[in-house]
Amino acid sequence: MAWRNIWRNKKRTLLTIFSIFIAVFLSLFTRSMQIGVYDNMISNAVKFSSGHIQIHKNGYWENKSLNEIFKDTKEIDEILKNNNNIEFYIPRIESYALASSGKHTKGSLVIGTDPEKENELNKYSQKIIKGDYLNSNDKAVVVAEKLAEYLNISVNDTIVMLGQGYHGITAAAQYKVKGIIDFPIPQLNNQLIIMPLAEAKYYYATDNQITSLSLMLKDADKVDATIAELKNSLNDEYEIMPWPEMNVELVQAIQSDSIGGIIMLGILYVVIGFGVFGTIMMMTMERKKEFAVMVSIGMQKLKILIVVIFETLFIGLVAVLLGILISYPILYYFYQNPIPLTGELAATYETFGIDPIIPFSINAHIFVNQTLTVIGITILAVFYPLSMILRFNIMKALRS
Amino acid sequence: MSIIKTINLNKIYNETVVPVHAVKDVNLEFEQGEFTAIIGPSGCGKTTLLNLIGGLDSPTSGEVIIDGTNISNLKPKEVIDFRLRNIGFVFQSYNLVPVLTAKENVEFIMQLQGSDKSKRDERVKILFEQIGLIDRMNDRPSKMSGGQQQRVAVARALASKPKFILADEPTANLDSAATSNLLDIMLKLNETENTTFIFSTHDSRVIERARRLITLKDGQVEKVE
Ligand SMILES: Nc1ncnc2c1ncn2[C@@H]1O[C@H](COP(=O)(O)OP(=O)(O)OP(=O)(O)O)[C@@H](O)[C@H]1O
Ligand SMILES: [Mg+2]
Repeated sequence: MAWRNIWRNKKRTLLTIFSIFIAVFLSLFTRSMQIGVYDNMISNAVKFSSGHIQIHKNGYWENKSLNEIFKDTKEIDEILKNNNNIEFYIPRIESYALASSGKHTKGSLVIGTDPEKENELNKYSQKIIKGDYLNSNDKAVVVAEKLAEYLNISVNDTIVMLGQGYHGITAAAQYKVKGIIDFPIPQLNNQLIIMPLAEAKYYYATDNQITSLSLMLKDADKVDATIAELKNSLNDEYEIMPWPEMNVELVQAIQSDSIGGIIMLGILYVVIGFGVFGTIMMMTMERKKEFAVMVSIGMQKLKILIVVIFETLFIGLVAVLLGILISYPILYYFYQNPIPLTGELAATYETFGIDPIIPFSINAHIFVNQTLTVIGITILAVFYPLSMILRFNIMKALRS
Repeated sequence: MSIIKTINLNKIYNETVVPVHAVKDVNLEFEQGEFTAIIGPSGCGKTTLLNLIGGLDSPTSGEVIIDGTNISNLKPKEVIDFRLRNIGFVFQSYNLVPVLTAKENVEFIMQLQGSDKSKRDERVKILFEQIGLIDRMNDRPSKMSGGQQQRVAVARALASKPKFILADEPTANLDSAATSNLLDIMLKLNETENTTFIFSTHDSRVIERARRLITLKDGQVEKVE
């Protein structure tokens, strides 16, 4: 009987399916975009700088001084290698130097890193627009595009770098520019110089010491657990920091933005609720007489309720499935091809060091949560017709 | 013993500003096998009386006793079951379930009663033969004429083997040919199966063929003939 109603009343069924489908689609779309933006902010921050977790010598983070550095020992290597959560880790030296080429001089950020590992993570080699990427034993540097422009240098030119090394030793050297990199974060594109870790150790005279070990995890949700494990095995010479602590501003920005996002989502749910409720209510009104006839010829209201619940459930399920099936490819497309931002918004993003794009997330959580929410809304929306069936007056319904 | 008995039946509608006394002190008895028309001017209370007898509405005071059961004493759920087992309804505007075929509409009530498929098929066939629509069984109501739909409604009312059938102006929406056709069928069922019909009507052609006439006026029984 319920089955019949669904099939035979195509217009009604389609309308309901459509309204629930739109609900699922909108909520998935909105949430996917929100989460996508946050994920992008976080992964930008995590990948390019902090990693999920960083290990420093105690006190380094506060001053970022080259005096608080540590030896990247075999013991630490073993510990990190034996931890199952850690996908891989990159030793880095981060510091500053004045870079100059003839007339032009600019303060720049120097990252000494393991070129191969870094490339695995950030695909720097693909971002090289001129020249080549580094090898680990190169005595050369890669310069960010805008910095190179400012210094008016190109591949194979030489730059002079002047800085302060370990324990105040003067660090001065000249390096050949091996490649120019188009760095996706504008702030860094203005000032970044990348050199192989070994060369950075030599340049800053760190005596085989590094400023940080950046850890990338297999599962980004296991940051706290991994930190606890590491704290157990490493002595308290080290500070082990999770990414939110190292990206305080970013976390705050996300938090304040996410309140806006939640409000927006709330409004969306209300709209969705009214849409679905309206459709279901309309259908119930339309069928009031049909129900009245059924009750008068002897059908118990409970049975009618069951029929209506079954119908709505089926329609709801189809609509939700449809919503997911149709949303997924669309969201997947936007996940692969994020919407570029322009104008003021883009500028705001750039000041946070984030690519000016609207990325989408296709995290399974989003599908589960949004789908459940819409199902919840639908169930709420069905309450009205149900209570109407229980209360309604046969006489009035029959006469209408 | 009568199958229906009303005792001092009253119905007062309080919904409007002025209370309407739609049925006033009605004392009537109906016997098995009757073919009775309830007549009277518009607003005299025909529909109200039939609804009270059918348990679709509850009286302000008085009792309706069907086959020894005082239906005013039944709980709402029990009334619905009571209707299912004892009373067949034919409505003025057919009121077939639009999404079901003619056959399914008739079968539906037997499904509610819980009878099995073979019994249902057998009975559906007999009923459609009786109403002369055996070849239209699998059509949906929307494809049928008013007269045909009303015949299906009669079959539906009969399907549950009720003690009697209540019909509120069953021919009001039908043309004269369909009206006389429907009456032929009803009378034939009345004669051959001893089915009890109680119906209201305005139509003089229907009144002519009734066996018993109850005339209402302002909610009261004016005469019984
Ligand atoms: N639900 C209601 N609320 C208030 N008044 C009602 C209601 N139903 C019927 N009435 C009134 O009760 C009186 C009897 O109405 P009823 O419908 O029983 O008359 P009827 O004989 O069936 O009329 P008709 O021939 O037009 O169908 C009328 O005055 C009507 O206005
Ligand atoms: Mg009437």
